[in-house]
Amino acid sequence: MAAYILEQPFNPWESISEHQESTTLHNQFGATATFIGTMRDFNDNEAVIAMMLEHYPAMTQHYLEKIINEAKKKWHLLDILIIHRVGNIEPGDPIMLIACWSAHRRASLDACNWLIEELKHRAPFWKKETRINGEYWVEKNTNGL
Amino acid sequence: MSIQVKFFASLKETLNIDDHDIKSAATVGEVWDITTNNAERLDNVLVAINLEYAQFESTVKDGDEVAFFPPVTGG
Repeated sequence: MAAYILEQPFNPWESISEHQESTTLHNQFGATATFIGTMRDFNDNEAVIAMMLEHYPAMTQHYLEKIINEAKKKWHLLDILIIHRVGNIEPGDPIMLIACWSAHRRASLDACNWLIEELKHRAPFWKKETRINGEYWVEKNTNGL
Repeated sequence: MSIQVKFFASLKETLNIDDHDIKSAATVGEVWDITTNNAERLDNVLVAINLEYAQFESTVKDGDEVAFFPPVTGG
């Protein structure tokens, strides 16, 4: 189980592969569920040129670990990896990775979905978008639809 | 000892306020009043004490870290 907050761009596919290879789960997991959040170049029907992600470092790390521990209690999971970017981000950059490993599909799928929503509602990150006519703080997350 | 007070994101910019320490306070609300010079308590302001979500009515003690911030927008 691991949670990382990164100031530099990362490749989520490599991170999944590296994490999977570094664990002792060989031949135990039958399911891997992943979610990758990527920066769009639009929001509210306006072009977004860049984004800055601020966070409350100690509390974000604490909350990522907290939701990992809660997920472990709710489902039979073999492993969880969460990576979240902070700092300056450009369209197309991955922002967040959540990966869950379990013996059977339901646990990893449900846990991955739950972790996305918990992270978005509880972890103290804030997005500031750069648009053509200035910088704007994102006031609330989309409903995901 | 003292209470460390932190502000983040749009709230920090709106209030134009830096992180700082105060000597003492009984509640989060009192911390807000002291540090913001009695600014209006906006409905959407979130509060944390020692990295856990709290309320304006929550009590604080010497050595606590109190944070104020807007709704979170990560992920």
